[in-house]
Amino acid sequence: MKRHLFSLLFAGSALAAPSNILNVSYDVTREFYQDSNAVFVQAYRAKHGLAPTIDLSNGGSSKQAGAVIAGLEADVVTMNQETDIDAIARAGLISPEWEKRLPDNSAPYTSPIVFLVRKGNPKAIKDWSDLVKPGVAVIVPNPKTSGNGRYSYLAAWAYARAQPAGSDATATEFIKALFKNVPLLETGGRAATNAFVQKEMGDVLLTFESEVLQITKVFSPDQFDVVYPPTSILAEAPVSVVDQVVDQRGTRDLATAYLEFLWSDEGQKLAVKHYFRPRSEKLLAENAAIFPAIQLAKVDEVFGGWAAAQKTHFADGGIFDQIYQGK
Amino acid sequence: MAGATTTFRTKVVAPRRATAESPWIKGTLISILLLFFGFFLILPLYVVFHEAFSKGAGVFFKTFQDRATAHAIWLTLLTAAIAVPLNTVFGVAAAWALTRFQFRGRSLLISLIDLPLWVSPVIGGLIYVLVFGRQGWFGPWLFEHDIKIIFALPGIVLATTFVTFPFVARGLIPLMQAQGHKEEEAAMTLGANGWQIFWRVTVPKIKWGLLYGIILCNARAMGEFGAVSVVSGHIRNKTNTMPLHIEILYNEYQFAAAFAVASVLCVLALVTLIIKTYAEWQAERQLRAAAESVE
Repeated sequence: MKRHLFSLLFAGSALAAPSNILNVSYDVTREFYQDSNAVFVQAYRAKHGLAPTIDLSNGGSSKQAGAVIAGLEADVVTMNQETDIDAIARAGLISPEWEKRLPDNSAPYTSPIVFLVRKGNPKAIKDWSDLVKPGVAVIVPNPKTSGNGRYSYLAAWAYARAQPAGSDATATEFIKALFKNVPLLETGGRAATNAFVQKEMGDVLLTFESEVLQITKVFSPDQFDVVYPPTSILAEAPVSVVDQVVDQRGTRDLATAYLEFLWSDEGQKLAVKHYFRPRSEKLLAENAAIFPAIQLAKVDEVFGGWAAAQKTHFADGGIFDQIYQGK
Repeated sequence: MAGATTTFRTKVVAPRRATAESPWIKGTLISILLLFFGFFLILPLYVVFHEAFSKGAGVFFKTFQDRATAHAIWLTLLTAAIAVPLNTVFGVAAAWALTRFQFRGRSLLISLIDLPLWVSPVIGGLIYVLVFGRQGWFGPWLFEHDIKIIFALPGIVLATTFVTFPFVARGLIPLMQAQGHKEEEAAMTLGANGWQIFWRVTVPKIKWGLLYGIILCNARAMGEFGAVSVVSGHIRNKTNTMPLHIEILYNEYQFAAAFAVASVLCVLALVTLIIKTYAEWQAERQLRAAAESVE
């Protein structure tokens, strides 16, 4: 009895060969993973005879990575950029080679940053240059704490840098002007969405296409318009098992099967259903009506990888800090 | 101005009692108070219930059939059921020690009891991450022995206990100080042992103040967000308390459900308030009685 109480108190510690895994994810994937967890459990039961439990935790991606580093026992992490998984790898919990263990740089789906504007686009926002005009209020989450924020920032930078006579200096000026138009910085993508949708703040929301399409097609149809700028940035959402945790708990097989499921036909179709761009070329072509082709910059090509982008732009004292403190 | 003599023409009005304000000032103060009350207390409360039922009673009740919601309510009650007794025992012990004995560092100890009221609850949560987290002081040892503190029930209970630490002790210390210990001394001369004195004399003397402290402690334990948010890990069906679950529902665009859970928390608070008012009234009577008997 005493032993039983003890294990109850420190739940999860005394269970042998657990058939439950925890997916620690970023903010705007809750609907997708709730859906795909159910389908995965069905498929897994059909094949192996037992139904695992998949637990889910959502929050701002860097905050979530921080929790995993501090000891939140995630079997798998599903983040929206490499930096957060790299941070967990640096803490020694994930193999440094994680990116090569699964196809497509370990990112099962992608989603570019696009604009959401109020119905009829009253401020006539068409491209990045419209965001810096006076009187336009831009809602974007904090690039220091959120992947959406970082991608939005980098997309704006890439746009400014690619203009005729564009340079690092002009790009910095552009970002500075852009963040002058940002009335508040929420810490996570969903909080920023709520500020725009629910509290009706701002004229334009910068966030992932998946989030924007969910709002316009599921949550509040006919209140907003989606604007695809001619250029944007490709956000690849990487996933990985957390080696230390799965080895300790004996859940590596289940966790790996769970992640590989995301690349299966069913997994890719679920991604499409939740408006993530699938890796499957065939599915992407079939759904071209949902996912219009736009010119997408890659972080690796424009910024020399996430590590470099992180260091130059988002680290303490980086360009973002300089700009935002000068505001 | 010192020394300068200035004569003011004073208009003599009907003398009034020194404790009475003019009706004009009284009216203004009361209406400011009522306006403030309405805007900051009544209106939000109304909005919570209005939003909770905005999609009809069906959606309201369906919210509670959801496994995650039921679990959040259960976890909140469980957390309170552990944290409140802990703080009750601590509070009584602390109040006893601090009012019965004089010792060096006594006033410092009284101030320290208030510490959780001064620091932000987020800091309260972070302390436990720094101590019990993987990179924390005891983290490596705990992980080696597979004992989970943070991101599990013990962490949530610890954070809640920290935040609700002062309530029982703070309620009891002034009461016990005013009451003195004549009755206990009398009991002792009659041959009662320490245990008997405590249960038969002290507890009946302080019961209303104690109840008041426990209720306050419980209300805060169930409503705590900041500290618990830091140590919870936000795992659905595992480590989400009611306040955290409300945030999750809100972030999932389930506004009616979010407010439905919020309304339950409000009802708990209102019930608490009613019991608290009664306990407070009784405690005050006890305090007055104590003061009179001293005279």
